[in-house]
Formats: sequence, C-alpha cells, structure tokens
Amino acid sequence: MFKIIKKEPLNPSMTRMVIEAPFVARKAMPGQFIILRVNETGERIPLTIADYDREAGTVTIIYQKVGKSTLLLDEQEAGGYLMDFIGPLGKVSELEGYKKAAVIGGGAGCAIAYPQAKALHAMGTKVDMIAGFRDKDLIILENEMREASDRLIVMTDDGSNGNKGFVTAALQKNIDEGADYDLVIAIGPIPMMKAVSNLTKPYGIKTIISMNTIMVDGTGMCGGCRLTVGGETKFACVDGPDFDGHLVDFDEAMKRLGTYKPEEAREREEHCRLYGGIK
Amino acid sequence: MPNMQPNKTPMPEQDPHVRNKNFKEVALGYTDEMAINEAQRCLQCKNPACVQGCPVNVPIKDFIHEIVEGNMDKAYEVIKSQNSLPAVCGRVCPQETQCESKCVRGIKNEPVAIGRLERYVADWYMNNREPAVTAPKHNGHKVAVLGSGPSGLTCAGDLAKLGYEVTVFEALHAAGGVLMYGIPEFRLPKKIVQEEIQQLEKMGVKIDTDMVMGKVLSVDELFEMGYEALYIGTGAGLPNFMNLPGEGLVGVYSANEFLTRINLMKAYLPEYDTPIIHPKNVAVVGGGNVAMDAARCAKRLGAENVYIIYRRSEEEMPARNEEIHHAKEEEIIFKLLNNPVAIHGDEQGKVKQIECVEMELGEPDASGRRRPIEKKGSNFLLDVDCVVIAIGNSPNPLIRSTTEGLEANKKGCIIVDDNTLQTTREGVYAGGDAVTGAATVILAMGAGKHAAKSIDEYIQSKADQ
Repeated sequence: MFKIIKKEPLNPSMTRMVIEAPFVARKAMPGQFIILRVNETGERIPLTIADYDREAGTVTIIYQKVGKSTLLLDEQEAGGYLMDFIGPLGKVSELEGYKKAAVIGGGAGCAIAYPQAKALHAMGTKVDMIAGFRDKDLIILENEMREASDRLIVMTDDGSNGNKGFVTAALQKNIDEGADYDLVIAIGPIPMMKAVSNLTKPYGIKTIISMNTIMVDGTGMCGGCRLTVGGETKFACVDGPDFDGHLVDFDEAMKRLGTYKPEEAREREEHCRLYGGIK
Repeated sequence: MPNMQPNKTPMPEQDPHVRNKNFKEVALGYTDEMAINEAQRCLQCKNPACVQGCPVNVPIKDFIHEIVEGNMDKAYEVIKSQNSLPAVCGRVCPQETQCESKCVRGIKNEPVAIGRLERYVADWYMNNREPAVTAPKHNGHKVAVLGSGPSGLTCAGDLAKLGYEVTVFEALHAAGGVLMYGIPEFRLPKKIVQEEIQQLEKMGVKIDTDMVMGKVLSVDELFEMGYEALYIGTGAGLPNFMNLPGEGLVGVYSANEFLTRINLMKAYLPEYDTPIIHPKNVAVVGGGNVAMDAARCAKRLGAENVYIIYRRSEEEMPARNEEIHHAKEEEIIFKLLNNPVAIHGDEQGKVKQIECVEMELGEPDASGRRRPIEKKGSNFLLDVDCVVIAIGNSPNPLIRSTTEGLEANKKGCIIVDDNTLQTTREGVYAGGDAVTGAATVILAMGAGKHAAKSIDEYIQSKADQ
C-alpha cells in the first residue's frame, strides 16, 4: 500500500497528488512513468512522474479526471492509500547536449512537459515553453512553467487569456522569428503532437514526443502499448514513452487509443451514477 | 492385488456446453473412492520409471501407496518433500510427456493417473488441514529471488526450508507469474495458487510485489543490501509478434495481453474495471497451451466462432493433450495446416478479416518436427473481429540489459553453467524460462530446485572459508 501524502486541485479537472513511494523516488528520472491501481478491483493505469523528492521518498503525479479510474483516484484523500504504485518505468528522456529547445505542452500534457523544461533549463539549454489550454480556467502550473523556462507563451483555444490559438501557431511564429531550435519536445493529445511533428519536419528540427498509449503491465510483457515507429513495432512502455515525432504512425496510435471507448464510457457513466460524479 | 482396470479412473468434468460459458474449473477432481481406486492401479515397481519422468523427482509410488493405505497426511508430506506446488502441478503438468509417459501400465493400457492423484492429495490437504507450517530457524544468510513464477517460488521454498532468509521480488501486483496472469481460472483456480503461495509465506518466504527489478533495484544493489546470492526466475514474458501487415489494428492482441486482462485483471467480471473486447469471431494463432487457453477464454467471453490457426498438424501441437481434447469438446474450431499472412481492417482501424494460406508438411527441421511449407495461391479469408497472437514468448530483457556481466545467447536466454545454474556472474543463478525460453511449469520448478541446491552449496562453501 502506498500512502497519499498530499492532494491539491490544480483546476476543475486536474489534481496533483504526492505519494509515498521511496523505491520509485530513489530512481525516478525525467520522462519516466508509474503504473498505479487504486483498489483491488481497479485497473492498472499509467501516469507520468511529474516530480520526485529522493530524500522525502515521495513521487508527484498530476492527473486529469477523464474516466472511471481517474475519478476513483480523485476520490482518495490525503492520508489514504493506493493499492499499487509501480515504477519508475520507461526510458529516461535524453535531454543532454541541446542549445535551444521549445518545450510544448497541451492541456494535461503540460504536467509532463514541465519537468522536461525544468531538466533542460537546469542543464543550461535555453528553453521556450509553449503551453496550450482550452480556456483560461484550465491553465495549470503557470508559475512553475515560467520558472522552468526562459520564456513562457500560454495559448488558449478560445482566446480567453488574450492569447488565442493552438500551440502550433506560437511555435510557427517563434520559428519564423528565428528562434533557431535544435530540439522540440511536444507532449499532449495525439492530434497536437502530430501537428507539431508535421510543422517541424520540413525544418529538420529534432522533435521528441511522449506517447500516451493504452497500457496494462508497463513492463514489456503484453504489447498492448505497441505502436509503429519508422515502420517497426515498438512498445511504448519499454522502448519509450519518448519517440521521434517524425517517425511515429500517429493515425494508427489514435485508433488504438480508442479501442475501449464504449466500455470506458459505460464504466464512467455507471461510476458517476453511483457516486455522484465529478465533485 | 493391484487393480488391473485397463483405463484411468475417469475424473468428473463440467459439461462442455455449460462450462464454455463460465470460468469455473473444468475438471472437478477425484472423490476419495475414485482416488483410492486409481491408486490401486499402481504396481509399486521396484525401479519406478515414473520418477525419472518427473523434473522434480516426486517419490511417486510412495505417495500413491499412502493413498491406498488411506494415509492422506503422509501422502501429502511425501509429495511436499520434493514439490512446493502440488495442487498446481497436478493440474497443469503435461503428464503424458513426463511421469505418466514412463509408467509401465502405459505400455499396454493407460498409465496410472499420477497427475490426478497428486492433485487429489493436494486438494484434500487444503480442504481438510489447517497448515501448521512454521518457519525454520534462520541460518543467518540472505538470498534474493527475482520473479515469483513457479521457478522462483520453488527456489524460494527450498531455500527457506534450509533456513535461508529469502525475499522474492515480483514486478506485478500479485505473485505467481504465469500461474496468475497466464493460465486461466478454468484450468487453475487462482485461489489455489494463492493458498500455495501463502504456505510458502508461512515458511518465512517474504514476497515483495510491485518491484520491477532492473528498474527499481539493480543486481549490484541487491548485493550491497546484503543478499549473498540471487536467483533470476524472470521467465519468458516478452510476446513474439509475427510482423504481419495489420498487426497494429484494433482487436489484435498478444496472448499475454489477452490473458493478463482476463486472468490477472479479471476483465470478464463486471465489478472489475479493466476492459476487454467481447468479440464475435476470434482467430487464435498458435498451437501451444497458451493458444488453447486464449481460445477457450474467447469462447467464454461469448464469442460464437473461435478458430485455432496452426501451421502444422495436430500431431505436432505442443499443447497438453487434455487441453486440446477439452478445446474440441467446447467447440473450438481447429484450422490445422493453415498460416496467417495478413490481417485486414475497416475504416475505423478495427480487425475485419484474417487472410491465411494452406500449408503442407515437408522434411523434419532442426527441432525434429516436419517443416510446414506454404501452398502457393491457397489464400483464403476468415471473417473475424479479434486476433490473438500466441506463437510464443522470449525472455524479458529488463534484468540482463541493466546488469553488467550477465551474458545471454542470441535468443535473449540467460547463459548458465549446466551443473550449477550459475550465470556468468558469481553468486547469480538463473533458471526456468529465463534460461530455456518458454517451456513448462514443472521444468521451471525443477530448475528452481536445482538452483536452490547450488546456492546452498555456494553460500556454505563461502562461509567455510
């Protein structure tokens, strides 16, 4: 059992949780993830490690309430326990040796992009952070992202923060103005990562994306997370989750992500009916 | 006088048309009368060949003799002296190629049903006795076991009996390895697996789940933590795919994923959160036990047509005879001498059809089995909405890729000394599927036993210096 040390809402749909998991905290590195299971009947869900404290033995996760399991997770309070918390899993991000990077986060993806920006920034890379949200009420981690970068641009789809447009618009503008990036990191929904990869490809800017596939074990034993990269089958849990955005078959990945849509919708609805839905 | 009845005493089973709609155990086990009747078929040979056929050398005629005498406690003790998981082995061993293949009664008639009798004794004990196992006195030495499958559990059990302080590290949230995630409930009830594991814990074996070794702790760190020897029993859990066009479609599973969702995550029960596709028409590719398990699970999920697609003939099928027989009774459709060449999908990226070719058998290959050859132009399509690939597994590379000096062969199998099972690193032993590639539960247990003996000798010889 793994104790929940702290829990705080970041916006109406996102929550930050600090979990006591000393073994995970000792080894965690940027880009890696954990698998958790809330209770005995729960499913195993992957979440990226948003932060860690080796001395305190804690690991921070940030999750968006999108379905039954994340709603169930959000019903747990500080002082309570999670049944299973397994990690660190996946490959460590390779961030060394870059001069100037654009780190792009889309919605919940900002929670994963932010530690990447922080790590790059700490290594002396110049970092432009571009964060995209649907509207201004959903903006998270603004101060943290500002501190982790040389420049922060926050975009909203509806322009409610005065900066209307997708992240790709901001990236295009920076490139046009001569930003001269040697690395772009994009983390968010698959269509967003695909759009960023398509944008950078003609410029030949190395683009790393973090794949959010369906996973079960997270240790390479089932292949549920497989995707096609450069024509080869890869397992996101052990070969990734970071991949070269110019080589990933995003359309296939998008379809695979929708495998359990009917089951997920039903589970969510039943859970909401039983427990009164999102608080 | 022994009972000269030519055939095995039949074991009651659930009706095929009832059981192919539930996940309850198919084979119901012997009653006391049936067990004693069957035990009396054993001739109590002076030089019993059956024992040579058992990878962990259970004193078979001795425990059968105790059944005849009605001494079930004694029968259990005899088995347990050599086998840590008798309720499991009695159910899942391919006895027809092991103990029972050597039984003299099998020359003219059917062999003695050794597996059924072992199962009977183990079940009898679980049902009638509160195991009063006490932990042996610690000898002051610590050993770590990586992986809690049959191999690791056997090694841990044998070392604990000798007084070692043993910790088993398991990556998943439940111990048991393939016994938990791979073999379905209808062949091996999970309650039985957990009861056998609890008995090991009562003997003092500590089991740490949620520990992905290689990631969370390295081999070197384990030595730093005071473990004097390690046993790697991490199995062969890396699924092989076929690189067919269409393998990325929605509805294509590795057998590992399909079975893990069903067995470990209980996706077939409404109160569990893990989803699974409920397909109408399913193609399972492969001819081993894993393929049989996947096909029979698919049927129980409500599929109308379940096909086993196997490129050789039934004679070459590696699956246990009883499971092939059960699968047929449950109306699994066998497409023998067929091989898939592509999977076709619809606009949403979902599986729609599997394209196969017919095969014929040529000369025997390196494995001694006749090599299947494609019949040109024999392509045909099967309408399916789910494909399960069950063509085998390779060892998971996690431990060897994070451990310096641990050598593996081209197939990724860890290299060990045949006499001691020591790897290329001192104090690190390995066995089971991690060394052999995917094999059987009982062979993995045999290796665990062998390694426990070597580890004991290694640590004692070091202590003597």
